[in-house]
Amino acid sequence: MIGPAFYIAAAIAVLATIMVITRYNIMHALLYLVVSLLAVAVVLYLYGAPFMAALEVIVYAGAIMVLLIFFVMMLNLGKESAEQEKLWLKPRIWIFPSLLCIILLGELVFLVLQNHQPAAEVKIVDPRAVGMALFGPYILAVELAGMLLMAGIVGAYHLGRQKEKTLHRFLENNEL
Amino acid sequence: MTNFWWIIGGVLFALLNTAAGLIWVERRMLALWQDRYGPNRAGPFGLLVVLADTIKLFFKEDWIPPFADKVVFVFAPAVVMLSVLMSFVVMPFAPQIIVADLNIGLLFFLAMSSLGVYSVVLGGWASNNKYALLGAMRGASQMISYEVFMGLALMGVVVLSGSFNLREIVEAQKTVWFIVPQFIGFLIFLVAGVAETHRLPFDIPEAESELVAGFHSEYSGMKFGMFFIGEYLGITLISGMLVTLYFGGWLGPAFLPPVLWFVIKTFAFIMLFILFRASMPRPRYDQLMEYGWKVLFPLSILNLMVTAAIKLWLNT
Repeated sequence: MIGPAFYIAAAIAVLATIMVITRYNIMHALLYLVVSLLAVAVVLYLYGAPFMAALEVIVYAGAIMVLLIFFVMMLNLGKESAEQEKLWLKPRIWIFPSLLCIILLGELVFLVLQNHQPAAEVKIVDPRAVGMALFGPYILAVELAGMLLMAGIVGAYHLGRQKEKTLHRFLENNEL
Repeated sequence: MTNFWWIIGGVLFALLNTAAGLIWVERRMLALWQDRYGPNRAGPFGLLVVLADTIKLFFKEDWIPPFADKVVFVFAPAVVMLSVLMSFVVMPFAPQIIVADLNIGLLFFLAMSSLGVYSVVLGGWASNNKYALLGAMRGASQMISYEVFMGLALMGVVVLSGSFNLREIVEAQKTVWFIVPQFIGFLIFLVAGVAETHRLPFDIPEAESELVAGFHSEYSGMKFGMFFIGEYLGITLISGMLVTLYFGGWLGPAFLPPVLWFVIKTFAFIMLFILFRASMPRPRYDQLMEYGWKVLFPLSILNLMVTAAIKLWLNT
């Protein structure tokens, strides 16, 4: 049932992720990352988690990536930053990470060759089940995540708070 | 299986013609509300103006500025068409006429509308032009903020119907349309929907009186046409969604077929969108954001909590 659709989506995800790493232009890298996230959403859908797939698109591809692109746009990184990236990413730098990746890949291939069990039957998890799990056994984690986000929002508000406006230039330097 | 392809073809045909026809409808209605004539020369009632516009768009020079990021520049207008047309996949036009009866239909719609932001952002960024960049930045922050209220307002409907499936949501409105119990949710969704399609009065990313043409300043020919038609498709989508979620979708007295009820209701909302354009001034960018985060956001959370509380209270 999973068959070709899964392999296509997985291949796109892997390729797009490789492109993310190798792009010098940060905007192009971010766009490939969006493609990669969409491919992962397809994989999630195929594995019977439509709710998670939709959330992946809404939250990651649709919100977080847009915010990142928004920041990059504000920074207006142009040719200079691409040149700088080129300087940083010399071939020599790739050696150690590639070594680690090759070890990981070898491990993965070994594991895949070891186990010939067929993948478990796909069980579709509907939104209701996700909600029941989140607000049942995992309620503590949800609350903790909520608190963390709250702290983040309060911190961001504090950083972004505007100073009191002075309406006259003579008063500008007087600290009240 | 053949039936399935007929539905896809029919929906696509109807949508693209509606979007093109809206060019004429909008200009005529605007003229009517502003005491002018509007396009009335070509063909009966000026209907052939659509054809003239299309031919003009096709034959215009399709110019890509040398300073633009070429691939992204070409890709951006396609995103708007793609995301809006994909959203129609889950729209129930009638009991049998629905392309994909997904059980996460509403979330799929939200996902596609959140991907639609990319067309504005990428179009503006790739143009490599100050006005376009400003428009894109405004567009990104506007659409990403109003998406939040949109999603939260829709959750009221989900609480009442107990499903993300749009067909089931319509069927849950057999006794009473959700406009009655979800009036505040409806208002929030309407405002957020106008902001999502960046139509007047919330056309801040384009704002022709301050930003030339905003994010699509550099676009011409059929690439501009994509943004243009994409906007009309967006109006149709939001109108259709309003009808599906709050006005009982295809439900209606039996003397007309369900599809016709859906079309009539949708057109009523499209008219409302055009009336907005004819009558409202554009708010400032900071006013828009303030209104969103300080008024709509608390209101939509309150709406969701009260709805959920009443639903729980009635169930026990």
